[in-house]
Amino acid sequence: MGLINASSPHTHHQRNTADMMQLVIIATTPGFVALSYLFGWGTLINVIIAAIATLASEAFVLKLRNRRVAFYLKDNSALVTAVLLGLALPPYAPWWIVVIGAATAIILAKQLYGGMGLNPFNPAMIAYVVLLISFPIEMTRWISPVNLNTDGQLPSLIETLSAVFNHSSIIDAYTGATPLDVFKNHSGLLVEQIHHQEPLFNHSVFVSVGWEWINLAFLAGGLFLLQQRIFTWHAPVSMLVALTLMSILFYDSGSSTSGGTPLMHLLSGGTMLGAFFIVTDPVSSAVSNKGRIIYGAGIGILIYIIRVWGNYPDAVAFAVLLMNFAAPFIDYYTLPRTYGHTKAESATRRKD
Amino acid sequence: MKTSVKTLRLENNIIAKASGEFHGGIYPPENKQQSMTLPVGSLPIPDELIFPLNQHMGAPAEPIVSVGDNVLGGQKIAEAVGMFSATIHASSSGTVSAIEERILPHPSGMSGLCIVIQTDGKHQHIDFQTCDDYLEQEPTELIEKIREAGVTGLGGAGFPTAVKLKPPANDIINTLILNGTECEPYITADHSLMLYHAEEVIASAKLLSHILGNPEHVLIGVEDNKSDAIQALASALKNSAMNNIQIMTFPTKYPSGGEKQLIQLLTGKEVPSGAIPASLGIVMQNVGTAVAAYRAVALGQPLTSRITTLVGEALTTQRNYQVLLGTPIEFALQQAGFDASNNERLIMGGPMMGFTLKELTTPIIKSTNCIIAPSKKELPSPPPAQECIRCGLCSEVCPVSLLPQQLYWYAKAEDYERAQNYNLFDCIECGACSYVCSSNIPLVQYYRATKGSIRQQEQEKIKSDHARQRFEFRQRRFAKAEAEKIAKREARKKAAAKAKQLQAEKLARNPEANKDSTPKCDPVTEAIARVKAKENDPAAQQARLERSINSAKNRMTKLQEKLANAEHDKKNPISAQIKQVEVRLQNAEKQLAEFTSSEVVDDKPTIQDAASSAIEKAKANTAALANMSEKEKLEKQLTSLKQRLKKAHQRLADAEQENNEHLDAFKNSVTKLEQKLKDTQTQLSASTKADKYGLN
Repeated sequence: MGLINASSPHTHHQRNTADMMQLVIIATTPGFVALSYLFGWGTLINVIIAAIATLASEAFVLKLRNRRVAFYLKDNSALVTAVLLGLALPPYAPWWIVVIGAATAIILAKQLYGGMGLNPFNPAMIAYVVLLISFPIEMTRWISPVNLNTDGQLPSLIETLSAVFNHSSIIDAYTGATPLDVFKNHSGLLVEQIHHQEPLFNHSVFVSVGWEWINLAFLAGGLFLLQQRIFTWHAPVSMLVALTLMSILFYDSGSSTSGGTPLMHLLSGGTMLGAFFIVTDPVSSAVSNKGRIIYGAGIGILIYIIRVWGNYPDAVAFAVLLMNFAAPFIDYYTLPRTYGHTKAESATRRKD
Repeated sequence: MKTSVKTLRLENNIIAKASGEFHGGIYPPENKQQSMTLPVGSLPIPDELIFPLNQHMGAPAEPIVSVGDNVLGGQKIAEAVGMFSATIHASSSGTVSAIEERILPHPSGMSGLCIVIQTDGKHQHIDFQTCDDYLEQEPTELIEKIREAGVTGLGGAGFPTAVKLKPPANDIINTLILNGTECEPYITADHSLMLYHAEEVIASAKLLSHILGNPEHVLIGVEDNKSDAIQALASALKNSAMNNIQIMTFPTKYPSGGEKQLIQLLTGKEVPSGAIPASLGIVMQNVGTAVAAYRAVALGQPLTSRITTLVGEALTTQRNYQVLLGTPIEFALQQAGFDASNNERLIMGGPMMGFTLKELTTPIIKSTNCIIAPSKKELPSPPPAQECIRCGLCSEVCPVSLLPQQLYWYAKAEDYERAQNYNLFDCIECGACSYVCSSNIPLVQYYRATKGSIRQQEQEKIKSDHARQRFEFRQRRFAKAEAEKIAKREARKKAAAKAKQLQAEKLARNPEANKDSTPKCDPVTEAIARVKAKENDPAAQQARLERSINSAKNRMTKLQEKLANAEHDKKNPISAQIKQVEVRLQNAEKQLAEFTSSEVVDDKPTIQDAASSAIEKAKANTAALANMSEKEKLEKQLTSLKQRLKKAHQRLADAEQENNEHLDAFKNSVTKLEQKLKDTQTQLSASTKADKYGLN
């Protein structure tokens, strides 16, 4: 009789990578709902186009590489990239922007490095940065949140589709700046004055209209993933703490050179999406808990620096990519202390 | 049915909660109840018992029985070889039917020498020497008894117990731990032992404590999922006089039963990397091992049987059995109602660290605590592995705080240095990382393979270092010899050059005097010349010839005498000899005559002789030239050419007078020499010019 010869252990926990990816997608639901509520159909269209484009790109490259297409598509990792990219891009972006982004993420940032698990950079963030640099106008055209529109109206599904596929200018009627944009463009005023003057701030519950809810929704999704033990608290918490500390440090009591309130930094732009869905990407981040604290803090600090002193209103993508570069280096010097060793050692030490 | 540990009365400090904690750990399904529904059963005696000679850590035992011998149960059949080894005893009576290679219960599926006993079914055994006053005896004596009984670790590794009970002399033992954790799923062998033989466990704690010099703390560590066993131990302990024994409980978590993890749980200390627990003053024994040691000392029983859990859905009866060591696994499984058609793999040990068996014919040995015969659905093979996404679940559960995802990365890349820097060798191969891996990567397999490769590489490195040292030494030796040779050669060359120079100088100073003398620089040519001269010396030649004539004449007279005295039949060979001598004598006389007549005629050197001596001289001069500077060379050449020309002229004149047949040749050489002389002069002038301008 042929007995199976296998290496121990002979029993396994039944949660696989595809399930974990699926949980991540599920956890984006609150954020997706908030985005859709505030900006309309655009986000859904983004996600759908991105999903089709990423899966097609992935299948195409897998075929070229002679891999089992179905086996790898089933790991849901391409889908996660699609969802994150779709959520990060401005709603009502032309379809080709989304397609170029999706193809860049999968082909350039992921498959060229060897596919899942081997990419040094976060694919969605590579795509975002490539698009932002290549198509700055399309990539910075956001519409105003629904409650700031004069009649409380959003583009209809038809209008949305024609904006996305026909490049119609219907959307121009709805465009509006994001809070971080507004803040950056009023550098001469006191923080107090900006918050009083601008409807995007003075109509808000906490700090910025609409965006505060988007960020809180992503925070909720992130807490769910934390509870599900998909990732550890180290990287996101350290990133948020670093961002908060930076904004306290450079608040400058609200003067005209102030970087803005900590609350604005936490609840505007891509802060929470970044903290819980991008920074936590295990593939491109540091591995040890200690390393993840440094990695997260680096991202938090870089976000603040680029937002306040850089040329771009938001900076999650840049900050994440810069720290992706640093992750292997961080890994070498943040080994945990192993049982029976007196201290943590570096991975680059030489024997004797 | 089960009482929670929280409801246990913590009375008289008998039961305490462990305060320590270790990093990570997992909570796999326990699957322990199915084998605990029935008490420990017993199996009939199989027809054949198989005793592998190396079922323990260390050197294989040496058989002391031969095929055909009758043996009794408890009789020693193999002797330990050295300290790290263990004796083996027959577990039932019968006849030794073979001592041969059989497949061993080992992860590799390798075979090894086994003693095979055909049982007689009578189950007779030797008389066991019981002992009541063992607590009065010397520890060394008791350790000897334990060694003699072949007790080895029953928990898995099979380390000889006697060795473990004799810690290094400079480590003072202050803590004895009996390990009753049994953290692996499915296994309940130790659980049953503690439940049904609690008194013996306590007695064994007493015994081991005595052997180790009564350490301060004696702890029995039991996971809180075995509350009935904890109760049994507590009541046994209450009835005993021992008050320094404490039962320690802790939450069920895998791998609490690992030696290092249990030490951390119970004492809060960590065994330093690469050290043994004794360096912390701790000795740990599995409860089963302790009881085996107790039975060896108090009852005089060698280790011939143990409790083994037979479990898995491919069996109709899942329970613990007291099995005779050497029982073939197939026999044991059949007794438990094994359904082979519903089984794909057999695991010896637990599902986390056990190994799969390749053959059903392998026997149960001292360290076999469990055999799992799962149904096809029960422990399915994992789905195909995916890429690691570095989710970090593995490092969350690692009980020794490693980064398994990084180890995997470097193991796969065969970057052994990095893997070691990530402390690969601190990995205890508990399998927690593989268990939680969401990409189903067989991590432990990678680590084992990498450890093996590194060990092999280190062995090879030692070997190659050795070879390299030898090679380098040899090279040095050769180089030294070569250098010596070169130095000698140089010295000789220098001496030769000097001699040549001297000769040349002499020649330059007094060319006429040295005209015909052969160069003195070469000892070989000199020697040859001497011998030749001797040979050519007419007086010596004549003497030689005369000598040989004399000896021939002598021989002739002797032979003639012999011929006269000899018998008839031997006359023929002697007369032949005489004939030979006569011929020789005649030859010699003829030669002598020729020699004396030619002596007068041939006394002058021929033209050829003169030519060869001239060649010799030229050779010597060119050799001397090689060691001079360009200018000197030229000058030297010039003088010699002049001389040669002068001589050639003279010779030409002589030849013209004599009307010699070589006249043309002489003329030719004169013109040649004149030409050469002219060339050399121009060269010399050019050289002096260059010298002036410092070009040379």
